[in-house]
Amino acid sequence: MQLTNRSKQVSNKEMTLAEKMYLPAVISGLAITIGHFFRKKPTIQYPEVKKYLGPIYRGHHILKRDEQGRERCTACGLCAVACPAEAISMVAAEREKGEETLYREEKYAAVYEINMLRCIFCGLCEEACPKQAVYLRHDRMVPVFQERDEVIYGKDRLVEKMDDRYIRANNSEVNTTPTEPSLTRAAT
Amino acid sequence: MDLTTLLVKGLIILIIFVITLTIAAYSTYGERKVAAFLQDRIGPNRAGPWGLLQPLADGGKMFFKEDFIPAQASKWLFILGPCLAMLTALMSSAVIPFGDTIRFGNYAIPVQAIEINIGVLYIFGVVSLGVYGVMVGGWASNNKFSLLGAIRAASQNISYEIALGLSLIAILMMTGSLSLRAIIDEQATFFEWNIFTQPLGFVIFLTCAFAECNRTPFDLPECETELIGGYHTEYSSMKLGFYLFAEYINMFVSSAFISALYFGGFHYPFMSEISGALENSMGAIAGHNVATAIGIVMFFAKIFFFIFFFMWVRWTLPRFRYDQLMNLGWKTFIPLAILNVVITGAGLLYDFKYATWIIAITMIGMVVVSNARAPKREVVRPGVV
Repeated sequence: MQLTNRSKQVSNKEMTLAEKMYLPAVISGLAITIGHFFRKKPTIQYPEVKKYLGPIYRGHHILKRDEQGRERCTACGLCAVACPAEAISMVAAEREKGEETLYREEKYAAVYEINMLRCIFCGLCEEACPKQAVYLRHDRMVPVFQERDEVIYGKDRLVEKMDDRYIRANNSEVNTTPTEPSLTRAAT
Repeated sequence: MDLTTLLVKGLIILIIFVITLTIAAYSTYGERKVAAFLQDRIGPNRAGPWGLLQPLADGGKMFFKEDFIPAQASKWLFILGPCLAMLTALMSSAVIPFGDTIRFGNYAIPVQAIEINIGVLYIFGVVSLGVYGVMVGGWASNNKFSLLGAIRAASQNISYEIALGLSLIAILMMTGSLSLRAIIDEQATFFEWNIFTQPLGFVIFLTCAFAECNRTPFDLPECETELIGGYHTEYSSMKLGFYLFAEYINMFVSSAFISALYFGGFHYPFMSEISGALENSMGAIAGHNVATAIGIVMFFAKIFFFIFFFMWVRWTLPRFRYDQLMNLGWKTFIPLAILNVVITGAGLLYDFKYATWIIAITMIGMVVVSNARAPKREVVRPGVV
């Protein structure tokens, strides 16, 4: 069976005089490498230059708020169940009177923690969430950490800031369907 | 020799020493950059602008690593190895004439550390000593792989030194002197550069220089795939640094040697016209010094080209097998070099310098004929599966 047309039969035939002299082969090899010397380099200077990774890249987690700025999460725990790395843990609480502007449902997550050392950024929490609350944002990555106590991200670092709302913008060059049609509208 | 001459001489020696070290240090940077560029990468660019401080960072790293001496190693020989390698590498640049003379007042001082009339012999002697650094280091490590590397280094250097010397003898016959300055002065006009009179000798000399420097494709003494690290398997810290550094110094010296022997040293086309014009316009002394400076720059340009060539070849060719290396050395280069000497001698008898072109043209003809007669390689068609 032939898998590719680039395969070559190995032969152990005697070398011709030109091949024994090595020089023609050496010169043609040098010509090939010098061609690469002047070629444009494909390297992207990473920390200074960042590449657009596409609208479905799975980066930093975010707990979305709704249009009125209320937290969407109701602490149902489905994300924690779905998480294969068991990175998510939460404590549920009941909404008090007067907190209607803060939380959308009667139950909310008083504590919501993700262990970034455990997280494998698979996005299963995003898929499991029935309230469209947790997302892995496409435009930001979890920063590098040096200390172990920096690793567990609480609500202070996960809940979306109202002045810095996350929009999963659909890049015009990349044709993908947004996961939730209301998302782009919700954010603006 | 009075005090002024002595001072200037000392200064020149110091400058050549510093230049050798700097070039060797920046060769490591250059090597990495060239390697990267040949492989479509960018190479070191973090330490300083364009990564120019990389050699300093590397040196600092080398100094701060643990300096380990194996318990079973012969301690003093183990230390002596890299010292010898470094010493011989640094000594050999002493006789290379980097330029014409510098004039001030009544003095004319050649731009060269020491002018001796046996410069070529001196370099040969020192380079042959260089293999002792590798030998002693590999042997003292008390490690089979190191010893194998050392043995390989020794036998390879012995084999290729013969061809190296024989290819040089043709030049010595034409010049009639062992002084490097005399050899360079012989190549004053462009078409008398030894590359044009000794094309075959040049190819042999260049290849043997690669083997003498233990550079790819002849870097069998430190062949990673077979010998772990070869003779410097057991070395760490600055001792390893010295070995690597000595390799780059050797590369610089052999580049300088090749440029001096085959590419006219500090000569360049229309040199006498340019220096004449400079002396006319700027006065005899200043004009002469400027002309010398141009010559030095030209010489260094040639040296840098050959250092680049060493790297270019390293990142192009795979390593030879050991039997291929020995066959090439003993069965190809030595007979060819002897033939080269004979033909050159016959040419000199009739006062014809370009006689060795006969061999080169015959060889090219043989290649063409053998290619024409060789069975055509079967073209693998992109077949239908």
